[in-house]
Amino acid sequence: MTRNAPHPMPDPLGERRAWMAVLARAGADDIAVLLPAMPAHERLRAPETGLVMVRGRAGGDGAAFNLGEMTVTRCAVRLGDAVGHAYVAGRDKRQAELAALVDAALQDPARRDALMEAVIAPLAARQQAARDAEARRAAATRVEFFTLATMR
Amino acid sequence: MYVAVKGGGRAISAAHAWLDETRRGDTSLPELTVAQVEQQMGLAVDRVMAEGSCHDRFLAALAIKQAKGDLIEAAFLLRAYRTTLVRFGASEPVETSAMRLRRRVSATYKDLPGGQVLGPTFDYTHRLLDFALAAEGEARGEGPQAPAPVGEVPRVTELLAREGLMQREATDDAEPGDLTRQPLAFPAARPVRLQNLARGDEGFLLALGYSTQRGYGSNHPFVGEIRVGHVAVEFTPPELGFAIELGEIAITECQMVNQFKGSRTEPAQFTRGYGLVFGHGERRAMGMALVDRALRAEELGEDIAAPAQDAEFVLYHSDNIEATGFVEHLKLPHYVDFQSELENLRTIRRSAVAAEAARDGMAEAARDGTAEAAE
Amino acid sequence: MTPLSPGFADPVLDAQACFRAVLEAMSRPGRVVVAGAALRPPAPLCRAAAAVLLTLADADTPLWSDAGANAEAWLRFHCGAAFVTAPDHAAFVLATGTPPALDALQPGSEEQPQRGATLVVQVASLGAGHGWRLTGPGIEHEHRLAVTGAPGGFLAAWAMNRARFPRGVDVVLCAEDRLAALPRTVAIQEG
Repeated sequence: MTRNAPHPMPDPLGERRAWMAVLARAGADDIAVLLPAMPAHERLRAPETGLVMVRGRAGGDGAAFNLGEMTVTRCAVRLGDAVGHAYVAGRDKRQAELAALVDAALQDPARRDALMEAVIAPLAARQQAARDAEARRAAATRVEFFTLATMR
Repeated sequence: MYVAVKGGGRAISAAHAWLDETRRGDTSLPELTVAQVEQQMGLAVDRVMAEGSCHDRFLAALAIKQAKGDLIEAAFLLRAYRTTLVRFGASEPVETSAMRLRRRVSATYKDLPGGQVLGPTFDYTHRLLDFALAAEGEARGEGPQAPAPVGEVPRVTELLAREGLMQREATDDAEPGDLTRQPLAFPAARPVRLQNLARGDEGFLLALGYSTQRGYGSNHPFVGEIRVGHVAVEFTPPELGFAIELGEIAITECQMVNQFKGSRTEPAQFTRGYGLVFGHGERRAMGMALVDRALRAEELGEDIAAPAQDAEFVLYHSDNIEATGFVEHLKLPHYVDFQSELENLRTIRRSAVAAEAARDGMAEAARDGTAEAAE
Repeated sequence: MTPLSPGFADPVLDAQACFRAVLEAMSRPGRVVVAGAALRPPAPLCRAAAAVLLTLADADTPLWSDAGANAEAWLRFHCGAAFVTAPDHAAFVLATGTPPALDALQPGSEEQPQRGATLVVQVASLGAGHGWRLTGPGIEHEHRLAVTGAPGGFLAAWAMNRARFPRGVDVVLCAEDRLAALPRTVAIQEG
């Protein structure tokens, strides 16, 4: 019934999705420290904290149900012609604004490669390293069964 | 009947001031920070997020500090706070098969793809008080890491479903009911039941789950799988029109595998009871899964004979914030109510005494009459 | 596609002020109040209609509009509301041109009359002191409201809307940064 929004910026390769996912997991300080000087941006929507209802599926793969809400902070900024958006878990308004700003800047082909290298790549690498470390700690608790020799 | 009563303002502020003092405790000891609660009382934080139905570790930790460790009071604070926030929308259903696992165990298969990953668990601890923890300032070293990480692992239920031995879940794209928007009504569909249980009281879920094991609505459960870890949450902002990741949240999932003897339309097979909760909460997820399965009795054509199978009983009493509100309101002034009860009781007593007196009088008169007649 | 303009400068305080204005307008039917004076919504959206929707519409209120892609993108961004293709599925209906018939909108039910839709309709101008004669709850004797550019046949349709009370549709008339409300209880006669 609901009409789908037109895609203001189609993301056929999922590149934008990928950098937004990295920014959503990065702390404000972590982004700020990597971010080069940026021109002034206009706040289209000042950072605002609200809720998203998290859904699960019955049995893991059945009908959707409402599990509970999570706090999310969103922000939208304009930088030149581009509109940058951020929706990030938690209540850090500075993170949301920085993430929106980087999202706007990354839409500018002239800036993209440098920013991907300076900001997104190091953040992504750090996040991946943390994930790997935890996955290896989990693997260290994996049970190695061995069968006792049958005694007669 | 309720009558507004004024007064007591001074007593109330003095009581609140004392409450603040008792919260702080002995001021010669350092004050607990919210970050300390969040980091070192992690499972309490998880429980408050689940029962407060709001995933935010800092807010849950703050609520625990404010509530002096009363977790139901803390969940209440979190529920109250969430009502002040705007709802941006609903996420895509989380993909638990792609969870970043810290723990994954199955009681149904020893060897299964992905293996048994114990994670940070109390299981196999000796439940002996560890007095080493009483000595502060001790640095614990990092645990070992395996050379190869745990990757994505398939669901146990999927392994059984592929063989046709596990009932497939019904999928429809209907918008699930939402208890934060519409009050509970019956019959309650499974999505609404699951939402209710996911935020239900852990003790209530545990006790009801236990009752099903002890024969009150038994369906012979096995833990098909428990998963604890982090899952990405995706949301489609209407202005973007495509799904983006908001970040990750910690969740626990329990798939309970239960017997089903079959019906005229379906062969004998296994069915699922499902538990999914915020944070690390195995006991809660298992209780939820047992109760979810018990509440499917009607849908599966089973007899409804036990409390855990009675949807109205379960769903109306699972919420500890509603329960505490109604139970604890009894201590609020009921002066007028009670006066009328008192009056009522006195009237009953008086009329009973009067009736007895009248009866005695009549009996006496009758006796006298009999005596006279005998004379 | 024109670039998005900002919504309320202070989303909380400005929405509260507009809510207060709409409340005033609804409780005193026909009284003209000011809302959204500082907004710059995309054409053809007028400031008052934009303010009403920024204040009342959100992700839980399906929206229908005839205002075109720019206005829809602006509302979608600032309200987070989902647009529906059929006016009778909408909680709020925005008409910048000829609105859908009142009896084609969601009227709520006898048990849940609050589910009736709100029609936000843009007109050419609103004035007080002459024009329609309004009577009903919230009006002591009679209130006069002058509307230019009201939809054709509106008063006849309104009489029918009022006849199905408690079901029915509420209307907010908007022109520039002014609005007047017609709750379903109000009776309107030609001036």
